[in-house]
Formats: sequence, C-alpha cells, structure tokens
Amino acid sequence: MAKLKSNFKNMVLVLSAITMFAAFALASVYTYTKEPIAQAKIAKQQNAIKNVLPPYDHIDAEPIVKTEGQESTKTYRAYDKDNQFVGSAVETVTVRGYNGRVNIIVGFDKEGKIIDYFVLEQNETPGLGAKMGEWFKTPKGKQNIKGLNPAVTSMTVKNVDAITAATISSKAFLGAVQNAYDSYSANVPEK
Amino acid sequence: MKNSKLKIITNGLIKENPTLVLILGMCPTLATTSSAANGMGMGLATLFVLVGSNIAISLLKNVIPDQVRIPAYVVVIATFVSIIQMLMEAYLPALYESLGIFIPLIVVNCIVLGRAEAFASKNTVFDSTLDGLGMGLGFTFSLTLLGTVREFMGTGKIFGLSIFPENYGMLVFVLAPGAFIALGYLIAIMNKLKKA
Repeated sequence: MAKLKSNFKNMVLVLSAITMFAAFALASVYTYTKEPIAQAKIAKQQNAIKNVLPPYDHIDAEPIVKTEGQESTKTYRAYDKDNQFVGSAVETVTVRGYNGRVNIIVGFDKEGKIIDYFVLEQNETPGLGAKMGEWFKTPKGKQNIKGLNPAVTSMTVKNVDAITAATISSKAFLGAVQNAYDSYSANVPEK
Repeated sequence: MKNSKLKIITNGLIKENPTLVLILGMCPTLATTSSAANGMGMGLATLFVLVGSNIAISLLKNVIPDQVRIPAYVVVIATFVSIIQMLMEAYLPALYESLGIFIPLIVVNCIVLGRAEAFASKNTVFDSTLDGLGMGLGFTFSLTLLGTVREFMGTGKIFGLSIFPENYGMLVFVLAPGAFIALGYLIAIMNKLKKA
C-alpha cells in the first residue's frame, strides 16, 4: 500500500480516526479497571486502620472529618462486640513535609496512648526523611513514639528524637501526630 | 535470516542499549533507580509500552501522513501508557505508588518515540515487535543493574535483601548525585566492554 499523501483531508481524517480509537480503548480499559482500583484503595485503607488499632469488632461507618486550611483529619472510632469504645484510628494530612504532603494514620487506645502508626503517603528525601515509616517505631534512644500519650508527652522534637539530618520531615510527622491526637481527644465518645 | 531476527533483539540489549549506549531516557533512568525493584518495574512498564507502540505504529505506518506523524505517534504512545497506568493501579498498587509520576512520564520517554520514528515507521510488524522487545529488555536490564548498584552501595541491600548493615551504606547513592556517579561508571564499563 502506498503511503497516504499529506494533504489536509488525509491528515484530519487519520488523526481523528486515531484519537477516536484511542478514546474508545481508554474508555473500555477505564470501565474494566474502575472496580479493582477502588477496591485496592479501600483495602489499603482498611488494612492501615486494622494495623494501628487494637482488636475491634466494628468501626464508625462514617469518619469524623475536620479540615483546617490544607491540614485535615479523619477520625475512625472503633468499638468491641459490646459497643464499648476501644480506640480510634486518625488519618491526618499535613503539607509541612520537606516535599509537601505527608499522609499518616495513627491509632490511639481508649486512654490516648499511641498504639501504632502507618505512613500512607510521603515524598520525603529517600534515605533521610523517608525513613519516617520505621524510625518512630524503633526502640532506640527517645525515637519510639509507640506507647506515648501525647497529652503527657507533647509531640515535639524536644521530647522525641528527630530523624538524623531530617528535622523538617520529623517536625511535620510529629506535628501530624499531635494533630491526630487533638482530633482523637475531641472525639472520644461519652460513656 | 534467523540470525538477523535475533540480531534485532540483541541489538537493543547490548550494542545499542538505550540507556548505556544511546543515552536515551535519562530522566526516568536517574529518577526511578533508587532500588533494584523500582528500576525493574519501570523497565518492564516501558517494555510493554515499547512493544505495544512499535506494533501499532508499524501497522499504521502507511496510513499516517508524514506531516502529522509525530502527533499520531504521541497519541498512540499516550494511549498505551494510560492503559498500563490503569492496569498497574488496579493490580499492582504498591509498584504504582513507588513509581508515581514516572509512569505518565513514559509518554515523553525519548526511547519510545525514538524507536517509533527510527525503527517502527520503516520496518515490518514482526521486526518492530522484536525491536520493541529488545530495546525494552535492554532498558529493563540497565535500569535493574543501576538500581542494584545504587541500592547495594546506599543501603546494603539487593532487592530488599540485606547484604551488609544499612548503617554502613553511602547515602549519596540513593540520592540524585549517586545516580549520576553510578550511571557514569556503568557507561564507562560498557564502553570498555564494547571496545574489547
């Protein structure tokens, strides 16, 4: 087949045909993957909540959302079988990281002690600030925050060892934890 | 005849290795190779796009008028990239997250457009598929190699497996300057091997 000539009609026709075909292909893949993508996202969040909370039976269907400027928190309250409050998982977003957004989820028991935390999203420097996922769980010096109660020990770099050479990331992380605690304590259910 | 087909594949692997010899696609090479697994993931994603776009473009080469070939190629490539992005997000969410912005950026990876223009638009469908495979494998190979070197020097691990304690690692290799240093040495070694 000879090559099509580059005249106006051919160019318009060919480009339109290609873009239409591309749009069709993309639309079908999108419909096909929409469900798995949504499920993967939910699974990830559910997993994170499960990891940072003590064993629980059910959580609030809708989280309590608080937004302040670019910072926001979502509080998921968890209960045992007898509907007794066992603790909350608080997802919090801060934009004070060294490279912008840091999204973590922190679990508190019913006394307000930190059970565990999980970093959902961060863009900190690899090898420095990016170590936050492990650093604040490692029992070494004063860097472990698990078991601390932010009401007693406020989450600042004075009380908790910051990541070496990543003070800004550490401050953002600890600020986010403190922020999560504030949302937690404002939302402890009445007995 | 058989030999020439094989040559198309090995061409991309060694003689015209896209990163180490043609020095194409430097941005994803430097940015995504902080670990061996990331480098390999990026390489495989690019491999898929390369094969797909090479096939599509060699099929369409006679239909696409010369003056609009670049926009046509870009649309074809972008379609494949979006498809793999959605598939990855659905079935490999962990890898999708670690590669982040670099998946959509495969669109502007000059290897893909380069092979479309230099090879697929002039050769048969079968040859173009082989070329896509060879180039993609070559890219995957060099990215995995670079990722392994950087991960090993920086954190003492290979594919997440500890070889020596992380505290003795040279952090610089995980960061951008280390990428340039390691890539420079790999290119030098490649040049030496090619001359030998």
